[in-house]
Amino acid sequence: MTKQFKALYKTVVILLAAAAAMLLGALILWTIGADVTKTYSVIILEPLKNKIQIGEVLIRAIPLTIIALGISVAYRSGIINIGAEGQMAMGILAATAVALALPGLPKYALLPLAMIAGTLGGAAWGFIPGILKAKLHVSELLSTVMLNYIAAQFYTFCLRGPMLDPAEITMGSGTPQSMRLTKAIWLDRLVPGTRIHTGVYIALAMAFIIWLLLWRTSWGYKMRAAGASERAARYGGIGVAGYLVVAMMISGAFAGLAGAVEIAGVHRRAIEGITGGYGFSGIVVALFGGLHPAGIIPASFFFGLLIVGADMTQRMVGVPANMVLVLQGIIILVIVATRMVLANPYLMERVWRRYQKLTRRDKEA
Amino acid sequence: MEPNARKITSLRVEHITKRFPGVLACNDISLSVAEGEVLALVGENGAGKTTLMNILMGLYRPDEGRILINGEEVVFRSPNDAFAAGLGMVHQQYMLVANMTVLENIALGFTQAWSPLKLNLDMVRARIDEVAAKYGLAVDPDAFVWQLSVGEQQRVELVKTLCLGARFLILDEPTSALTPQETDELILLLKRMTSKLSIVFISHKLHEVKNLSDKVTILRHGSVVFEGSTADHSSGDIAALMTGREIHLPRNEAPTCEGNPALEIRGLKVRSDRGFLAVDGLDLSVCAGEIVGLAGVSGNGQRELAEAINGLRKVEGGEILLFGQELANRSPRAVIDAGMGYIPEERNTEGIVPSFSMKENFILKDADEAQFSARSFLRLKEIDRNAEALRTEFDIRSPDTKVAAGSLSGGNIQKVILAREISRKPRFLIAVYPTRGLDMGAAEFIHKRLLEKRLEGIGILLISEELEEILDLSDRVAVIFKGRIIDTLDRRSADSRKIGILMAGVHNDEAV
Repeated sequence: MTKQFKALYKTVVILLAAAAAMLLGALILWTIGADVTKTYSVIILEPLKNKIQIGEVLIRAIPLTIIALGISVAYRSGIINIGAEGQMAMGILAATAVALALPGLPKYALLPLAMIAGTLGGAAWGFIPGILKAKLHVSELLSTVMLNYIAAQFYTFCLRGPMLDPAEITMGSGTPQSMRLTKAIWLDRLVPGTRIHTGVYIALAMAFIIWLLLWRTSWGYKMRAAGASERAARYGGIGVAGYLVVAMMISGAFAGLAGAVEIAGVHRRAIEGITGGYGFSGIVVALFGGLHPAGIIPASFFFGLLIVGADMTQRMVGVPANMVLVLQGIIILVIVATRMVLANPYLMERVWRRYQKLTRRDKEA
Repeated sequence: MEPNARKITSLRVEHITKRFPGVLACNDISLSVAEGEVLALVGENGAGKTTLMNILMGLYRPDEGRILINGEEVVFRSPNDAFAAGLGMVHQQYMLVANMTVLENIALGFTQAWSPLKLNLDMVRARIDEVAAKYGLAVDPDAFVWQLSVGEQQRVELVKTLCLGARFLILDEPTSALTPQETDELILLLKRMTSKLSIVFISHKLHEVKNLSDKVTILRHGSVVFEGSTADHSSGDIAALMTGREIHLPRNEAPTCEGNPALEIRGLKVRSDRGFLAVDGLDLSVCAGEIVGLAGVSGNGQRELAEAINGLRKVEGGEILLFGQELANRSPRAVIDAGMGYIPEERNTEGIVPSFSMKENFILKDADEAQFSARSFLRLKEIDRNAEALRTEFDIRSPDTKVAAGSLSGGNIQKVILAREISRKPRFLIAVYPTRGLDMGAAEFIHKRLLEKRLEGIGILLISEELEEILDLSDRVAVIFKGRIIDTLDRRSADSRKIGILMAGVHNDEAV
């Protein structure tokens, strides 16, 4: 097999996959009676038309990036974190609590403190499934999902109870949300007229830190070894159980930080529905980005685009935003299938034989 | 047997050529096997044997050449086609599902027992009993595969292939995991089976080739360099043709050492995965500068012993002392730090992280050592330098040190492990089946290195099923049976017959 053929084969497979995803999506859009070409152009082009929309894409890419980075650490260490949703909620609560409790602090003290609180809140929520897995072999799939439920209820309880905005009580409207947080916790807006905030820098810095951790430190090396082959890692004297706990805590910490950044940068108060599926999309972003920071950043941007695009299709072409979730699902399935096709040498071998036959016939003709 | 089973009276392979990127794996290879014949296919690792067999099994298709069965050309598009034609292969690496029972594993391919709603396990069981009785291959159908030793798993593979109705057997190093007794039995069994079918078998072990085969074909660098009748050529001739040079497996000729005890094990008790005491009151001592060979049929507690010493398995009782330091129930890290080197049985999954690069695997035990990291940051240049040095020193054949360790050949993987373990300067070394499945060149290399370490004063516990290896290298031979040392022999008084009897659990005194 020649190198050119291999490259050609891969390009063709990827192009076919993209076409298949578009077609499947088109089929579904067509069934619900939507205008297919218009829907696609709205999803992909509209969010990039002006800086406000680009800003909206970016502010969704920020939490996605941070969460996906944490998830990739867990994944690479051999433990799957589907509890980012709950960890993010706990991070929001912790950061909000700090901001509410210490409103008098200056910005240079309160902002870092709130970020650290959010990080610790998420880490604590990640510690539970980690230690359960390490000590009692409890499946992390089970424990993280259950902890998501607990976190969601606890979150609602706090917003309706201890953290409820006093103004809501006097006004009597009773919207479950905290009071507007002090300006000292706000992340600055970067571009006038948009909501882009300095969380972009935090996300980029975190991506660099994760890259350093995983590929440049002995900790990261051991975590990756534990994830790649638990047996070999144990043989090599690596305390696999301990690294599972650490990895889960890092993963939770990042989800918690994403929550803190989200309230400090976008909402500036804790309201219901902030997590809004970021914890789950984060898993997809992490895998889509190849569990590597350099892939996660563009992947987050792409998924941010889809989220904003979904809003716009609803407004502009009347396609429900949930349909974009369906498209998202299709994209994921196609990616998984494509990876399997690309990893199958026998298939490539067979295509190569066909290709050779064809070219030979061409030459004869 | 299946009703449509037609006997395969001849199999011919004509002018097979197969190219991989940059490699000519098979170059115009022809061979033929007649009814009831045994053809031995011999060659070093990488000579093209496995590629050729994969072509026969429909896993690859040849670029040129054809295959004929009973004089008719056949084209295998997939392994199913080869299988339908009656070819059955037992691979070197077992194709078994570890968390299923033997019965379930065999049922996986036993299509006659399938119906849309029900799997007729009784039928499979009956078939296993039939095959087991016919060929004298005892397997426990209800054991889980993960509980079985490598040797037992190989037997299951053989039974599986026969159960599924193979009428022509291809065996890829069938004896690499078997004990001498099992090997002899297998050879007898295979000889008996030639009345019903023909066999192609791949082997590195020349005495087996001599014993079993009628014809021998030697491959080197993808080409046939020799073919002829086995009876007419000595093992030495075949070995020389195989490697292109004379091979001398080194022997331990140094005088017996009188060093201090390095490793002492007293009354050790360890449970197996199945919960019984696999090591049951074992006593053993190894001096510094001594090689003690631990001979035994696999599944008699060797794996559990090695894992217990290395902190990978719980010790139920007894003590393990390394230079007086208690190691029982310490963590693997503590054992490593005490100076223990360990070449594990499962080189592909335990000895290396397969998806990691070769250079990353070299620091598996030492990521925190000052040599490779400073304040937790990896010293990449030093890691590269170290990897390059080890690759050269241990003659590991790969384009560079960045290749995934799992993609290397068995011999090279073993060299990676050996390089790491030896370069760590251990005070003691445990080597489990260090040359299993390796060609003679690689085995020679590894034996030489082990003997060098012995001369440097390092105690070595060599766990092996190959008596020749044990007799070549050991100062003393301890024989393990049902978790105990049944007897320890001095090298001078040990021979394969004596050890073989002991391995079967018969003590000398009783034998007389």
